[in-house]
Amino acid sequence: MKKKTYRNPVGVSRFTGLLLISPFIAGSALFLIYPFFCSFLLGMTNYDGIRPPEFTGLNNYRVMLSDESFRKALGVTLKYAAFLVPMKLLVSLLTALLLAQEIKGIGIYRTVFYIPSILGSNLAVVIMWQYLFTSKGLVNQLLSLAGASPVSWYGDPDKALFIIVLLRLWEFGSTMIIFLTALRGIPKELYEAAKVDGCGPVRAFFAITLPQMKSVIFVNLILQTIAAFQEFNAPYMITGGGPLRSTYTLGMLIYDEMFRYNEQGYANAVSWVLFMLISAAVAVMYAVSAFLRRDEE
Amino acid sequence: MKKIPAYFLLTAAGIVMLYPLLWLAGASFKSNSEIFSSVWFMPDSFDFQVYKNAWRTVTPYTMGHYFLNTFLIIIPKTVFAVLSSVIVAYGFARFDFPLKKFFFALLLGGMLMPSIVTVLPMFLLWSKLGVLDTYIPLTVPYLFASEGMFVFILVQFFKGVPKEFDEAARIDGCGTLRTLFFVLMPCIRPAVISIAVFTFLWTMNDFLTPLIMIQSVEKYPLSLALRLSVDSTGQNYEQNKLIALSIIGLIPSITVFAIAQKKFVSGITAGGLTG
Repeated sequence: MKKKTYRNPVGVSRFTGLLLISPFIAGSALFLIYPFFCSFLLGMTNYDGIRPPEFTGLNNYRVMLSDESFRKALGVTLKYAAFLVPMKLLVSLLTALLLAQEIKGIGIYRTVFYIPSILGSNLAVVIMWQYLFTSKGLVNQLLSLAGASPVSWYGDPDKALFIIVLLRLWEFGSTMIIFLTALRGIPKELYEAAKVDGCGPVRAFFAITLPQMKSVIFVNLILQTIAAFQEFNAPYMITGGGPLRSTYTLGMLIYDEMFRYNEQGYANAVSWVLFMLISAAVAVMYAVSAFLRRDEE
Repeated sequence: MKKIPAYFLLTAAGIVMLYPLLWLAGASFKSNSEIFSSVWFMPDSFDFQVYKNAWRTVTPYTMGHYFLNTFLIIIPKTVFAVLSSVIVAYGFARFDFPLKKFFFALLLGGMLMPSIVTVLPMFLLWSKLGVLDTYIPLTVPYLFASEGMFVFILVQFFKGVPKEFDEAARIDGCGTLRTLFFVLMPCIRPAVISIAVFTFLWTMNDFLTPLIMIQSVEKYPLSLALRLSVDSTGQNYEQNKLIALSIIGLIPSITVFAIAQKKFVSGITAGGLTG
């Protein structure tokens, strides 16, 4: 057997590195691997927080299939992600293109667009956001100024989800900053060469910018999808899941089953389904991006 | 001259971004009827009495009490997060050891793990250990470099520091940890500041974890105190008081962001670390 050699400075043992990362090893065992398997096992029990859990196999998953509130919450979560994620990515990319210009005072604008993403998930802003959408709130006042009729944001099951979509869309700054960083990293020579070859700005965008940004778009897509699938704070505080459960996300369902109804076994099973959904979404996006990359070569 | 359309577009979009915040800040000085009839953010008059009342809150404690609680969580958490992430990142960036690739993959994979899956078993574990309703579940995990993103960013930064620095320090007789803290740390300061600022901001924003782990009002951090205030006020309540309360709750984040803004922007843009 060939012995592996470790490339370390003279006098440094191969265990020094291990020792340094030992907090991480202990931490991932305790806070990642343990809860991961624990959740999986609890999902196959009827644990109610009091009596010792009994193994019930896949029963929770069978129940889920016929559980109307699960199906509804799944639908709401998918709809929410389907609206929010593409919009957020598009707005972020367009704004990043604007903010990538090296013009005077651009730093101030970058800060302005970034601020909502930092403050926006603060509960204080989530609470204040409610007031913008009340029957006579700022949004409806603006609508009536524009001659449109006011919208019953909280009363209409088709509209309520948009209060939350708009809140999260408003927080696009963090996604935008990632795009901005990538844009500024694209070598300027590429654009200069394209210009010499008579390539206009629109073609340059599709021929240079987009291909160069592929991996960053992929990263943002994954980060935003994971966040969207887990949405809890905003519907919990702003709409309470209503009206008619039109904003009742899977995150809220898991919380309610666990802490309101003490259906801890079921709650863990649902959280596992959510995990599988997120993994599947990530896997699909990964496969697509790998396919696109191979296409190129 | 060519740039005027760009400025116009940016300014217009910037106003759309910030106007909701401005309008809400103004609304804290308005009466209910004025809030719901005026698009303009400026109130008719400024009466800071509302902030005095809001500070007292409708709960048994003042906002000062909740601020103190929040800082009792944030300060150890930030110290823990920075120390553990720096040490672990140093190990990954500068040393070779068995299973290194596996552990790094675990670090990246952990970043994709939805917290909603891990939070339920963690709640059960902390409850078995009898430390629910203390700040242990909110702070101790950060001793273990549990924010993979931070480690990842720091590794990128360490890679930007020439290895000759380590070698020179070693020749001068510095041990492993002394090299880290006295030679390398100053080189990666922007990243360290970014991590500290983000830990602060994320903790101010965190709602689900304290909601689950903390039960007694006495120990509530700001976010839970805000929720309690919303729950215990009716529809006919003076809305401006609740808005004023929320604005008070935003002050720490705004202050920290304003102070750190210049310094940590280089950290974010270099590492891709974001809110």
